[in-house]
Amino acid sequence: MPAASIRRLTLTNFRSYRAATMSPDAQMVVLTGHNGAGKTNMLEAISLLAPGRGLRRATFEEVAFAEGNGSWAVSAEVEGALGLATLGTGIEPPGAEGAAPQRQCRIDREPVPSAAAFADHLRIVWLTPAMDMLFNGPASERRRFLDRLVLAVDAEHSGRVSALERSLRSRNRLLEDPRPDPHWLDAVEHETAELAVAVAAMRAEAVRRLQAVLATRQSPQPAFPSALIALDGALERLALDTPAVEIEDRYRATLKQNRARDAQAGRTLEGAHLTDLVVLYAPKRIPAADASTGEQKALLIGLVLAHAGLLADMTGTAPILLLDEVVAHLDPVRRTALFAEVAQLAGQVWMTGADPAAFAGLEGQAAVFEVSPGCVERRISRR
Amino acid sequence: MPASVAGPEIERLIQLLARLPGLGPRSARRAALHLIKKREPLMAPLASALQTVIETIQVCGTCGNIDSQNPCTVCIDPRRDASIIVVVADVADLWALERAHAINGRYHVLGGTLSPLEGVGPQDLTIDALVSRAHDPVVKEIILALNATVDGQTTAHYITDLLHDAAVKVTRLAHGVPVGGELDYLDDGTLAAAIKQRTPF
Repeated sequence: MPAASIRRLTLTNFRSYRAATMSPDAQMVVLTGHNGAGKTNMLEAISLLAPGRGLRRATFEEVAFAEGNGSWAVSAEVEGALGLATLGTGIEPPGAEGAAPQRQCRIDREPVPSAAAFADHLRIVWLTPAMDMLFNGPASERRRFLDRLVLAVDAEHSGRVSALERSLRSRNRLLEDPRPDPHWLDAVEHETAELAVAVAAMRAEAVRRLQAVLATRQSPQPAFPSALIALDGALERLALDTPAVEIEDRYRATLKQNRARDAQAGRTLEGAHLTDLVVLYAPKRIPAADASTGEQKALLIGLVLAHAGLLADMTGTAPILLLDEVVAHLDPVRRTALFAEVAQLAGQVWMTGADPAAFAGLEGQAAVFEVSPGCVERRISRR
Repeated sequence: MPASVAGPEIERLIQLLARLPGLGPRSARRAALHLIKKREPLMAPLASALQTVIETIQVCGTCGNIDSQNPCTVCIDPRRDASIIVVVADVADLWALERAHAINGRYHVLGGTLSPLEGVGPQDLTIDALVSRAHDPVVKEIILALNATVDGQTTAHYITDLLHDAAVKVTRLAHGVPVGGELDYLDDGTLAAAIKQRTPF
């Protein structure tokens, strides 16, 4: 299977880098360096070559180099689903007008309307320490994780999710009025239902496919135990076997019926904006939130690997995998198992860690880079 | 703040030009300088054209279009089909449809779209006037030519709802393949809409 990889990565005025270039020529890329050296910044730069706001969900102003002029750019020569291409993204320096700068995206130096176009070339999947609290945190975090999974499958998903949020905010605003215009509410709810069902259907479809991949990962003693996943949302459940038009009508009726209740609550109490991703730790059949910290981490890695596998199956090209500070928390057995699994996925894998010793098992296999503030250099093997 | 290079009269002109859409401070300076250089052939006629427009500009009492006469040129044109009203959000949309010679009907300019988040309600738009126009027995069809955005489509639903007891056919623009467009490059939503709204060949 063809595999996505980055041949050359160039950062300009990005976070801690004024200018940096690296040419990773291996399937596995390791970034080591002290805390705060800028390893995650490098992964964040790559994550911006996918639709969305990257792995830190930063605003485009935040990622600019502090001593720069406010502009930044990330450019990469990639070997992707459509062969060699140069992807570039960034913002211009803020103009005198004071208008918020627009993110620019280019493919082979030609402007494209949005980062959604990058998805034709490569898909990117990541795992960061910020996701460690996923199972114990609020449902909104899992919903975001879920939408991120769906976005990697369907690049238009985030546009629909934000349109749905806007539509719900409109409805909530109308309900603040003590005597809201019923026709106006009907119109807003009509739109809301259409968007909610579109979002739910795409989620249901993505989860159904992911469930199938997870089922194939259930071996008796896997290093990364399988998860059982399900969507806790009425619209998503219906989306599997009911025509969309019918679900829209039902949801519209629900919204209409709940107006008084929602007005009192100040928000819309039912819908796809409240869906939760339910995850069970398969070996023990317990909720993931009740599993131990180590089990949760292994479960999360299993989930992300399954997602990478799904993308590879769907697109025919293995995605790029970004694993931030993942290796340090694994015992030697799991570490070896992780290296073996990601080697098999065949897409380029980027791993970070403060301790170079953690990657000792990859000697000769991985391209190792030493990151220090503002600078990244190839580490030459001592042998 | 850099020191001014010209007297306050010229600075004032530059500041005003800079507020025009598409012009920033730099291009405003360039435009001002160009006007000053071409005082006789350009600046004087422009000034008098502006003055004339200020004195004659009117919002059409029937359709909300902007013109130098009320009712507007479109509304009094006897060659136009009075049975069709095309509803648009803004005068710019009316001009776009006219440019395309898309339809020979009359128009109705709403003055925006409904947006609870931006505080634009039905009373801020010319929806009441549209509803009374729609009840005129001459009118047979109302075409909703609104943007395919959340606000645009919400406004379309709202109007459709209000017109359900008027004896008119309410239609909206089709969503689909742009002229000269390649299927391969279309987003899924547009493709699905194009299939759903397919027409006999």
